[in-house]
Amino acid sequence: MSSSKLYNLADAIERFVPHGCTVAMGTCQESLIPFAAGHEIMRQAKRDLTLVGTISDMLFDQIIGAGCVRTVRASWVGNVITGSCYNFRRAVEGGSLEQEDHSNLTLTMALRAGAMGVPFMPTRTALGSDLFKTNPGLKTIACPFTGDILCAVAAIAPDTAIIHVQRADEYGNAHLWGNLGVTREACLASRHIIITAEEIVSPDVIGSDPNRVITPGFKVSAVAHVPWGGHPSPVPGYYNRDHGAFLDYRNSSKTSADFARWRARWVDTVHGSGDYPALLGEERMASLALRNHVWSEAADYGC
Amino acid sequence: MAVEHPSYTMAELMVAASAREIADGEVVFVGMRLPLLGFLLAKSTHAADATGIFELGIIRDTATSEPILTMGDLPNLCRARWLSDTADVMALLQQGLVDVGFIGGAQVDRFGNLNTSYIGGCERPETRLPGSGGACDLASLAGRHIIIMTHEKRRFVPRVDYLTSPGYGDGGGWRRRVGLPRGGPAAVITTLGIFRFDRESGEMVLSSLHPGVTVEDVLANTGWELRIAPAVTTTPSPTEAELAVLRRFDPQAFWTGS
Repeated sequence: MSSSKLYNLADAIERFVPHGCTVAMGTCQESLIPFAAGHEIMRQAKRDLTLVGTISDMLFDQIIGAGCVRTVRASWVGNVITGSCYNFRRAVEGGSLEQEDHSNLTLTMALRAGAMGVPFMPTRTALGSDLFKTNPGLKTIACPFTGDILCAVAAIAPDTAIIHVQRADEYGNAHLWGNLGVTREACLASRHIIITAEEIVSPDVIGSDPNRVITPGFKVSAVAHVPWGGHPSPVPGYYNRDHGAFLDYRNSSKTSADFARWRARWVDTVHGSGDYPALLGEERMASLALRNHVWSEAADYGC
Repeated sequence: MAVEHPSYTMAELMVAASAREIADGEVVFVGMRLPLLGFLLAKSTHAADATGIFELGIIRDTATSEPILTMGDLPNLCRARWLSDTADVMALLQQGLVDVGFIGGAQVDRFGNLNTSYIGGCERPETRLPGSGGACDLASLAGRHIIIMTHEKRRFVPRVDYLTSPGYGDGGGWRRRVGLPRGGPAAVITTLGIFRFDRESGEMVLSSLHPGVTVEDVLANTGWELRIAPAVTTTPSPTEAELAVLRRFDPQAFWTGS
C-alpha cells in the first residue's frame, strides 16, 4: 500500500490550491458541500481562482466575497432557500467577475468530457438558449451520423476537486453516500483531489464495501480529517441541514461590511479542526443530529 | 393586483394549482422551492403513483416522512428509490422519460421563454440572478413544463432580456428549428391567474383567473397585448384537504406564508 496522504486542512489547501488554479467544489450540489475547505481558501487569501460547480449553494458567494475568485463556471450561484446571493451580485454587477453560464446538464457533460479525456460531449439541452452567448464552451454541431443539431460542451478538467465525505482512510479511499451529484465526474476529471472527511477509518472499513467508494484512491492527493466540515449543508448519516445558518447568511451578506463581520466570526476565528465545532456549540450540534437511524442491510462480497 | 383570501394564502393557491398539473402515474422533475411542496401535495392527494426526480440525483415515489425545505434535506434521501449521479437523472430527462417539470422564473415573455440569469442583458447587467440550475434542462427536454412566478409588469415582458430556459422562442416551429427534441411550457401559474399556450403560434393565452382577479388586472400587469381564451375560467380555491396537506408539509409557512 502507498504512503499516507493525511494532511491537516491548511497544508492540503496550501499545497493543492495554488493561486490561479481551477477548483471544483460543491459537487453533490446541496449536500456534503466542503464549507470548511472553502473557508480555509478564504483564510489563505487565494487569488484568481476559477470555481467550477453546479449548484454551489452559498459557498461560492462566500469565496467570491473574500476576493479569491476571477472566474465562475457554474449553473447556479445563490442561496437555495433564499435566492440571490449578494457577494456574487456585487462582483458581477461591478464587473469584477468573469462567468461562464452553464445548465446543470451542460456542466455535467463538461466534467464528463474532462473525465473521459475527450474534448467535448454532446447533449440536446440548451439549444436556442442564450447560454451560448455567455459561455464560449458551448457550440452547436451537426451529429455526424444523424444530422441532428446538438449542443457540444467543451471539456472542463479542473486542477483540483475538493469533496467532503462521510469517511475515508488515510490513503484516499473514501465512502460517500446520499445523492452523488457530479462528484464522480469531477473527481475523475481533476488532476488533484482533496478529501475532507467526517471520520478517518481503517482501510478495511472502506474495502468492505467497494461499491460505495466515490473515486479511486490512487487519484487522491490529500485526505484531511474535518468533523463538521460540511456544515451547514447536510451530511447523510451525520447531521441535518442547518437552515438557520442559510437564513442568517442572507442578512449577513447584504453589504460588504455585513459580510466582513460575518467572516470575522465564522471564518477568521477558526484555526484548527476543533475550532469550528466549538464555535457551533453543543446545543446547535445536538439540534442538527440525526433523530433516528435508518441503516442499510450489509451486502455480501464473499466468494 | 393579487387578491388575498382569508382562508388561504396566494402561495397555497399557486401550489395547489401546480399540483393539479400532475396526473397520476406521471414522472415529475421536481424543482427547488414551491415545486417541492407541489409534488408532495400531488403525491398525497390525487397522484399517489407519481414518481419524483430531483436534479441532485434522487428518485423517490413516496412523500417524505417529514417536512423539507430543500431537496437535499435528509428526509428526501431516506427511503428514496434511487440515489445516483446527476448525469443519471439527466439521462432519463434527455431520453424523454420525464412527463412534466416545474420551474420558477424572474422574467417571462409572450412565448414562455424564461430568464433567471440577467436583468438588463448580459453585457452590463443591472441585476445578476442565480442562473439556470436545472431549469434550462427541464425546459429543453421534459415532455412539458410548468412555470410558477409572481405576476408583475416588469416580469411579464414582450421579450426576455436573456433566454435562460427555452419556451417557444419566437413562435410556432421554433423549438424544432433550433433542435430541441420535444416539450415546451404547458402553463404559467402566477399570482393573478393561469396561462396556457396556443398550440400553433406558441403564444401565451390567459386561461384562468384567480378568485377576485379581473381581466383588467391581468392586462395592466402584462407588458404586451395578451391573448385571452374565449372562455376564461376561475381557478379553484385550494380545498380543505389540500390545505391540510400543505400545512403538514410547511408547518412554519416558510414557502406558503403571505
